[in-house]
Amino acid sequence: MSMSNSTIAAGDAPATSRRATRILSRRRRKIQSALVAYSFIAPNFLGFAVFTLGPILFAFVLAFMHWDGSNAITFAGLDNFWRLFEDKVFIAAFWNTIIYTVVSVPATLACALGLAILLNQKIFGRDFFRTAMFFPYVASLVAVAVVWNMIFNPEMGPVNMILYTLGLDPKDMPGWAADRHWAMVTVILFGVWKSMGYYMVIYLAGLQGINSELYEAADLDGANSWQKFLYVTVPQLAPTTFFVTVMLTIQSFKVFDQIYMITQGGPGTSTLVLVYHIYNEAFISWDLGYSSMIALVLFFLVLAVTVVQFRRQKED
Amino acid sequence: MKIAGRKITAKRIAIYATVIVITAVMLMPFAWMLSASLKLSRDVFVFPIEWIPSQPQWQNYVDIWTKIPLGLFIYNTSKLTIIVTLLQLLTSSFAAYAFAKLEFPYKNTLFLGYIATIAMPWQVYMVPQFLLMREFGLNNTHLALICLQAFTAFGVFLMRQFYMSIPTELCEAARIDGMNEYQIWARIMLPLSKPALSTLTIFTFVTTWNDFLGPMIYLTKTELKTIQIGLRMFISQYSAEYGLIMAASVVALIPVLIVFLSLQRFFVEGVASSGIKG
Repeated sequence: MSMSNSTIAAGDAPATSRRATRILSRRRRKIQSALVAYSFIAPNFLGFAVFTLGPILFAFVLAFMHWDGSNAITFAGLDNFWRLFEDKVFIAAFWNTIIYTVVSVPATLACALGLAILLNQKIFGRDFFRTAMFFPYVASLVAVAVVWNMIFNPEMGPVNMILYTLGLDPKDMPGWAADRHWAMVTVILFGVWKSMGYYMVIYLAGLQGINSELYEAADLDGANSWQKFLYVTVPQLAPTTFFVTVMLTIQSFKVFDQIYMITQGGPGTSTLVLVYHIYNEAFISWDLGYSSMIALVLFFLVLAVTVVQFRRQKED
Repeated sequence: MKIAGRKITAKRIAIYATVIVITAVMLMPFAWMLSASLKLSRDVFVFPIEWIPSQPQWQNYVDIWTKIPLGLFIYNTSKLTIIVTLLQLLTSSFAAYAFAKLEFPYKNTLFLGYIATIAMPWQVYMVPQFLLMREFGLNNTHLALICLQAFTAFGVFLMRQFYMSIPTELCEAARIDGMNEYQIWARIMLPLSKPALSTLTIFTFVTTWNDFLGPMIYLTKTELKTIQIGLRMFISQYSAEYGLIMAASVVALIPVLIVFLSLQRFFVEGVASSGIKG
């Protein structure tokens, strides 16, 4: 028995070991190629994990803590959450963010679409006009915001001067950034002016994707320009419009820089937005836990929009 | 026929008029900036606007360099922008190659990490990120801003989308020819991905150059400041020196203008393609 066993084993040995080495080398090759792949990812992923993923997780923890940045962290439970409802500044910031979004998103969208349709036609100097429309988007915010403040200066700015020459009573003159009723308008006008060129380009790409046969068919049916716009352009652009809406909404939720530079959130709290409040609570009051709780509110606003986007994409 | 022709002409004139008026309005702030930068501060608000100053104050463009360390600010910003852009291009295209063309365990999980944060505003986690950097002793260093901006989900995503459109057979053929993965990345993928690289370059350049909140949080020492917060500092210090402020603003705009004009064709294509896939 033992003899035959060993002979069988002896007879099979080269084959099994060959198979074993083959499996081993295949596994080694697999590990090796995985290692190569990880070496490609590592430089970016390590930086991304440490400086983005880590802080995001930390933000969620911090929202349920009390911390001033120097003394010991203490657990706060839902304290920071309940505080939101009593914090008048937060409530103002929340509604201001919503108002900013609700007004600036459709306004930017309409302007961007209008510009795109206008500049999709064959006209002389088209590239120049497109570039001109796009330029505010890349221009330094600090530089253009200070110009904005000068142009809209209530006493001396050219905008009010023009309104004055047009016969508007100085008493009824808008105070723009210095006037609590007009401050939000000033900031929104700036936002629309600065970003519409960017979305115009996205719309231009969308327009170029429309099959020209659809317009020819509409021509045959005797449709006028307005009907063509309504029944061909608008439905064909629906995916673009949806994308632009989502992007704009997220951009509006996180607005800060332009408000910091044009109105500093004022007068009073009339243009104070969520990110402004996050900034103040963190870097002025050093109430890091509460500031993170406000950041979570911002996060859930953005998440809601993103979820809608994913749902919509699945439908398509 | 004649009527139709005239109608078309009328329509065209209307289109040109609209386009020109809108363009004028869009560019008006820049014209105002340029014009005011050549005026004495007391003449800036004179109405009706004197678009071309009768006595251009070129001195404004000399004075700004001594009133604030504008040269240093520009140097700091250029340094940051160049390092961030290079790191972003290198690490993003590197990682994107693996995500697009290689198979490895946890590929989808790792990629999901990027996707999940792509829409997440930086403002949500800027505070914990600041605390982390402070823990690392990076507060008031340029390194903090580099770490913050060089590794973005957007970069990896953009490059990966582009690499996905390059046929995999190309990589396989190269493997048979004996190239290793690093060579394939360097000699095949990188040269083919110029449009995506240009798009990412412009986006990163413009974002880093114009970044305000990041430098404002991290850099409090004057000698470290970037042009944006330096300009802001200048504005609050010399709030009535309109001519000088405008001259400094024009200077701050020029680098972006140059990059934008030289790469704007790529820019428009890049926005269009990345935007739609978004």
